[in-house]
Amino acid sequence: MKAIQNIGIVIFLIGLSIFGALPFLGNFKLDQNAFDEMITNQGIKSEIFIEDLKNKLVDKEFSGFQSLAPMVAESIEKANNFHTKNKEWGKKVYVGSDDLATSIRKKSGYGFIPENKGLMWLLTFGLGIIGALMFIIPQVVTLGKKGIKNDGIYHQSSTNQGWIAWLVFIFLVSFYLVLYFKSEYAVNWTYLVDPISESLSGNLAGHWFVYGFMYCVVMTVMAVRMYIKYRHNMYQMVRTTSVLFFQIVFAFLIPEIMVRLQLSYSKGYDFKNAFPLDYDFFFNWNLKELIAGGGLGLFILVWGIVLTVVIVPVMVYFFGKRWYCSWVCGCGGLAETLGDPYRQHSNKSLFSWKVERWLIHGVLLFAVVMTGFTLYGFFAETSTVLGIKVQSIMNTYSFLIGAIFAGVIGTGFYPIFGNRVWCRFGCPLAAYLGFVQRFKSRFRITTNGGQCISCGNCSTYCEQGIDVRAYAQKGENIVRSSCVGCGVCSAVCPRGVLKLENGPEAGRINPTQVLLGNDVDLMELVNNK
Amino acid sequence: MENIVIIGNGIAGVTAARHIRKNSDKKITIVSSETDYFFSRTALMYVYMGHMKFEHTQPYENWFWKKNRIDLVKGFVNTVDHENKKLTLADGGHIKYDKLIIATGSKPNKFGWPGQDLPGVQGLYSKQDLDQLEANAPDNKTCKHAVIVGGGLIGIEMAEMLRSRKIPVTFLVRETSFWNGVLPKGESAMINEHILEHHIDLRLETNLVEIIADENGRAKAVTTDKGDTIACSVVGLTAGVSPNVAFLKDSGIELGRGVKVNRFLETNIPDIYAIGDCAEQHEGIGQRRPIEAVWYTGRMMGETVAQTICGNKIEYKPGHWFNSAKFLDLEYQTYGWVFSERGMKENEQHFHWRDDKEKICVTVAFDKKTKEFLGINTFGIRMRHQIFDRWLTEKRDVNHVMEYLKDANFDPEFYSKYESKIVSKFNAEFGTNILPKKKSWKRIFSNA
Repeated sequence: MKAIQNIGIVIFLIGLSIFGALPFLGNFKLDQNAFDEMITNQGIKSEIFIEDLKNKLVDKEFSGFQSLAPMVAESIEKANNFHTKNKEWGKKVYVGSDDLATSIRKKSGYGFIPENKGLMWLLTFGLGIIGALMFIIPQVVTLGKKGIKNDGIYHQSSTNQGWIAWLVFIFLVSFYLVLYFKSEYAVNWTYLVDPISESLSGNLAGHWFVYGFMYCVVMTVMAVRMYIKYRHNMYQMVRTTSVLFFQIVFAFLIPEIMVRLQLSYSKGYDFKNAFPLDYDFFFNWNLKELIAGGGLGLFILVWGIVLTVVIVPVMVYFFGKRWYCSWVCGCGGLAETLGDPYRQHSNKSLFSWKVERWLIHGVLLFAVVMTGFTLYGFFAETSTVLGIKVQSIMNTYSFLIGAIFAGVIGTGFYPIFGNRVWCRFGCPLAAYLGFVQRFKSRFRITTNGGQCISCGNCSTYCEQGIDVRAYAQKGENIVRSSCVGCGVCSAVCPRGVLKLENGPEAGRINPTQVLLGNDVDLMELVNNK
Repeated sequence: MENIVIIGNGIAGVTAARHIRKNSDKKITIVSSETDYFFSRTALMYVYMGHMKFEHTQPYENWFWKKNRIDLVKGFVNTVDHENKKLTLADGGHIKYDKLIIATGSKPNKFGWPGQDLPGVQGLYSKQDLDQLEANAPDNKTCKHAVIVGGGLIGIEMAEMLRSRKIPVTFLVRETSFWNGVLPKGESAMINEHILEHHIDLRLETNLVEIIADENGRAKAVTTDKGDTIACSVVGLTAGVSPNVAFLKDSGIELGRGVKVNRFLETNIPDIYAIGDCAEQHEGIGQRRPIEAVWYTGRMMGETVAQTICGNKIEYKPGHWFNSAKFLDLEYQTYGWVFSERGMKENEQHFHWRDDKEKICVTVAFDKKTKEFLGINTFGIRMRHQIFDRWLTEKRDVNHVMEYLKDANFDPEFYSKYESKIVSKFNAEFGTNILPKKKSWKRIFSNA
């Protein structure tokens, strides 16, 4: 078994290394036709830019491409300086050099990688999946009898913030930086999944398709791990299946299929992604597209509003925010699968709780204010509100919250700060659901009388950094806005003290002060509160 | 300002300190020689097993004590001079007190086995024991084999710990079946099976005779009364605990096995109280034993004595017995009294159900004649404390318990439910015709 696992690790690492090397490999050569097509597609009107870039690129062979984006950037700058001087605003190039470089690369790549997409897929994704499963599946045996198996978590480098964790951290952060800011490095990755993308939407893959596909693959493989680790715990099995389903069907397949069907509103839409997590839902370009998108567009517009205003809070009333955060949400889905080995790193100190409350509510405020600005701008048909450019607010949010916080920090920091950094400190939707859960909900984690022995397993494994024990040892139910209801505190409790349940609101919050589990009269008194 | 001095920073002493602080402004000093800060002793095993770091066993952050003006003194109390209300520490220092709370807990039992003090031989109780085990048995190369002596809760925990590092373990148990002095035979038998499934070499009806030293004076083997010699590098002595009160021998405080206290947790000396594992009631409360080395009784005594010290004199009333434990992967809970065959009362009758596939079982004790429900043991099913506490208070009969058993289930959502199987076996055995009622929130939260 150990041997199979070790071979699995080697295979996985080979796949990962090839994947990691791809951004730096490959040749490309842009011919005149492809160049013209790209210029037309991007709507570029600057002759200076076209001429300049054509001289540099067309019919020339390149190997590697680190120079490409700077070259494009140089041409853009040159052209824009010229047009600015001549006040030819219409001719200025507004497309980013990275985006242009990406589309040039995608069109002009040749050689082994784009010509052997299937084989390259096998050498990267394929080896990764096989290797990972060879490591994970033997755990059915190596973990021993079913039950809580956290042995050695704090002895292993990978799960105890050791060097392996730091390598994973560097890998994840780099991956997200490429994805959000340097997509031209991701072009070789897009070739690998072109066949899959074409079979789904009919289009070639972009780097966001790579991400979406990879997201589903990683979640599926790590869900297998969850199924094995928690095979004694039906709550975990059902919940894992649920997040997996919503990710693959709602976040991945349906949007792709919408594109394939070329519906009146042909942009894919993730029906489960609620505002304000889906922060650009009310951006004016999106509203315009929705309104122009005929019946389906209008349906999505209404659905998006109803989802946030009615469905989300009503469901939180009945089931707690877990129905969204750990049963449906994609961010939560990744956290609960890929992130599960790191859940113990969330900080439990009172200080971090204070930081959490300032940050997450700050982000919510930011999202709401921004949306107010965009909506006002949309209806008043102006691009400036209160003297501030709406576009610049949107850009700031997209960059700081959408990319850096949710992506780079949110997932990249898994191995160091735990798997719910984004959900705990940043997600505006979580903040909103949290209010409902804290003040108007049937959900609580019930503490079972006086059985708590203060061991601290619950607090240690709470991914949201809740000091669960602080409540349990006082006999108090846990009612916290940040709880995503993953159920792991209940799972790891050795004494059967904690249970997630949806019950009557009366008595949900039960502060107990003295003599808990002690003396019948006082226990009654306490329960009456 | 009155100075309350507490000896011992375990759950009892710390709970007392916290509640005195909640209810008063008195000066509070906690003396301990074990650790700087309170930690949860029950979690030590998880540190060795790598589930947690030691810091995770500390329920309060380090700033908590200063913020709540609870002074922590690291020191070992050598003597208590109650005439001058003064403690003498091992380093020669003195602490004056106005009221003294003794909460010194337990120490592992040693029964005079030859070789019991050799290096490599240890108990598992304190932080020091944990550190020692880490040194004695860091991995299965340093510690090729371990022998554990004593089949109780700490013994099985220690076996689980060592197994988590793949160290072969031989487990010597005096009884004919694991913990059958406490558990009825069906349950005890199920745990025997479970222990063997975890590759622990369980040897029942086997006693330790001698621990043999190697040429360096370290334990190298044990001999048993079955005539076996078992080579090992670590010997775990887990034959129960007893009150840690040796330092009070000549203090004038009345001692039995522990510090003798009345129902107000007062000793024979005014202004001196004893709580937790080290306290011994003159007579057991209800069917409880005079000394109860249980986590929650330590906590409850701490809560009670704090009330008394703050002027609200309260009798210690531990309420209905309950407890819980985990044997490897098996969770155990008990509410009320279910005695083993050995300790069974004359009027006590048992109903036992065990699932045919899973390691899940339930034993319900009730009165033969009146059918009054006396208690329940559950393995692999979690139960709601509050419900059983209520049923015990209301003196419900066993039929009522069966009928409303679903109200008491505390398993996580989506777990398989066993109440129907349990009740149908009960019906078959006792000729009743009980239909289990659906779970009702209304009943669960009603205070009737």
